[in-house]
Amino acid sequence: MLDHAWLIPAIPAVMFWLILGFGKRLPGKGHELGIAGVGASFVLSCVAAVQWIGRSTDVTIGEGAHVEHVRKAVEHSTTWFDIGNVHIRVGTYIDGLSVALLVVVGLISLLVHVYSTAYMHDDRRYTHYFAALSLFTAGMLTLVSASSALQMLFGWEAMGVCSFMLIGHWWEEKENSNAALKAFLTTRTGDVGFLIGLSILFFANGQTFDVRVWNANALGGHVSHLVLLMGAIALMGAVVGKSAQFPLHTWLPDAMAGPTPVSALIHAATMVVAGVFLFSRLYGVFFTGFSIAAPGHGTFTVPAVIGGITIIIAALLAFVQDDIKKVLAYSTVSQLGYMVMALGVGAWTGAIFHLFTHAFFKACLFLGAGSVSHSGSHHSFDMKRDMGGLRKHMPITFATFGIASLALAGIFPLAGFWSKDDILVTAGHNGYELFMVVGLIGAFMTAAYMTRCVWLTFYGEPRGAAAEHHPHESPAAITAPLVILAFLSITAGWLNGFGFHYFGHWTTNETLVHALERVNLVEPRFSFPAAIISLAVAGSGILLAWLYFEKRALGPLQDLAARNALAARLKLVLVRKYYLDDLYEKVIVAGIAGPIARGAYWFNQTVIDGVVNGAGVGAKAAGHIVYDIIDQKVVDGAINGAGFTAEEGGTLLRIIQTGRVQQYAAALFGAAALFGLALVFFVGT
Amino acid sequence: MYLVEYLLLAAALFSIGVYGVLARKNGVLVLMSIELMLNAVNINLIAFGAFRGNAIGQVFALFVIAVAAAEVGVGMAIVLLIFRNRASVNLDEVDLMRG
Repeated sequence: MLDHAWLIPAIPAVMFWLILGFGKRLPGKGHELGIAGVGASFVLSCVAAVQWIGRSTDVTIGEGAHVEHVRKAVEHSTTWFDIGNVHIRVGTYIDGLSVALLVVVGLISLLVHVYSTAYMHDDRRYTHYFAALSLFTAGMLTLVSASSALQMLFGWEAMGVCSFMLIGHWWEEKENSNAALKAFLTTRTGDVGFLIGLSILFFANGQTFDVRVWNANALGGHVSHLVLLMGAIALMGAVVGKSAQFPLHTWLPDAMAGPTPVSALIHAATMVVAGVFLFSRLYGVFFTGFSIAAPGHGTFTVPAVIGGITIIIAALLAFVQDDIKKVLAYSTVSQLGYMVMALGVGAWTGAIFHLFTHAFFKACLFLGAGSVSHSGSHHSFDMKRDMGGLRKHMPITFATFGIASLALAGIFPLAGFWSKDDILVTAGHNGYELFMVVGLIGAFMTAAYMTRCVWLTFYGEPRGAAAEHHPHESPAAITAPLVILAFLSITAGWLNGFGFHYFGHWTTNETLVHALERVNLVEPRFSFPAAIISLAVAGSGILLAWLYFEKRALGPLQDLAARNALAARLKLVLVRKYYLDDLYEKVIVAGIAGPIARGAYWFNQTVIDGVVNGAGVGAKAAGHIVYDIIDQKVVDGAINGAGFTAEEGGTLLRIIQTGRVQQYAAALFGAAALFGLALVFFVGT
Repeated sequence: MYLVEYLLLAAALFSIGVYGVLARKNGVLVLMSIELMLNAVNINLIAFGAFRGNAIGQVFALFVIAVAAAEVGVGMAIVLLIFRNRASVNLDEVDLMRG
């Protein structure tokens, strides 16, 4: 399967067309095709994973004490098109990173498909929904298996289009179509960076898009550092846009306007993870470009700062959200901040491992939130108004949501604990203590806001819709994915925990391994103090939040915003999302759009209308000139003259046209005699 | 053998023919004058052929005789029709094509 990996993205892509073409005529309105396609991809991905793990570690890199045994990536490519002497190639590049993501994407997408059959039941655009899901999955699978950066761009943009379609699935409401537009345009802002970065690196690497060559050249010092820095900054723009990092994170919470399974897919396995994947796939470029963990390059790097800021601000925003999906959305932003920060401090394995575990528990949380709204709160997502006390009515949803929340908070021995610990230990190891602290603060806040979320949803007294309607457990198509994901939320971390180091070794890439050897801990140095501290931080977050909400303890802090002007103002800042949306919409967009519109109006009125009017007047004058001179005099003159000449010539010539044969013969012989004489005089002798 | 005698004879015949074509009013005589001119050419062809010692001139002369026979046939038919319509073969009166 490693040699035929192109099948994995190709199957859902084909299914997209089949669903569009025949979906409506099938008994399941197309979902069977989608499930079959993604299921086949998932099975093939699992086969690929088994083959990858079974692949012998026969590639030896380095010498002496630095020797590393790694699996060789499987690369197959063929020429896509030629421009002059430049061969643009397309193909698959399968290594541990690809395999891990293929499995995650396939699994989450499959579960989302199954879940959607119940959640989207009787939707007005059911068939199109499944078609878009298939294409979305195909886009992500293309991205993670691509051997050329140009091919990655295709998968990347396919996802952009699909996210637009799916977030705006219920476009009849203006709010939803606005959210879809916002998601599309905000990520496009970053995508400009992708295009620029691609161009820079294409030419810097001798006109190739091959990602392995890019990494090898960047790490081998074959490309100048300044060029790499420029390329890395441009690509960072794409990462920031797609992975919703500060300051372009604002689209992600709004993307909650889409159906909940789509949110799960976008947040767990595709779309936002694409940015982190791009970062880790082209890590050689970023690593050298941003001088990550290079000796003597200070205590921070650009990606680490962006990621660190994102962790904190997104976690703070999660506290003031009443919409359960928005809490989860800001949580995703915050966790993506973790991954970007991890990559920024050299924790390559840690970042991918966190991506891997996060996919399971975040998908579980989103699907759980969907289950709550589907069966518990009558399609409302407002925790304060329409939820509360649901744990008795929805035991499976509650249990899985709780497990996933604990995993997200980083409680031993669930998945999130191991991956988060991995990142923090590596950050400390590489001398980025500041970011270790930021990570710990983020962990504390994560634990606290997830406790708030769980408490508001499942504890306390039922409110609003949860009290008026009859909450009940969701059908099996919804709970089965939840149970599977909850199980994985517990166990996924053990691949690189409890002293096992499978994940790190499986994902090691032969191109990167030697450069990362110094900074990236393939085998996390599990230390009890670090584990105890992070556990204590997470535990205290849960405890404090629990005391605050359940016990109404911490008296001085209760309803602080209602009593203290400063606190109220701070809360307002959070509720207004740091005024970033206002900045973008009112200042930047209005500031750019207003003058541009005025300028365009002036240009329209003065220049274009002037040109048009001038052209009209000029054309009219030219028409008169043409009529008077050319048409009347030249053309008519020529035609009349031709007639006149012919008539006069005819009158003259008819004189010699006597009709007498002998006169013609006389002319003939006379002419012949003259030619004869001429011949004798001029040519003869 | 001198070639010039034959050429002079042919030139004389041709000139008589030209005179006949241009000056005679009778259509039949004009046709006969054309025959004279063609035969003058035949004499030239045969004389040159004999002078050069080959038969090419005679071959051409035979072609000319064949074409002349056809030409006289068509010409006499036209003259005959003119005569039937006008009871005259005076070419000065035949100027239907005058412009």
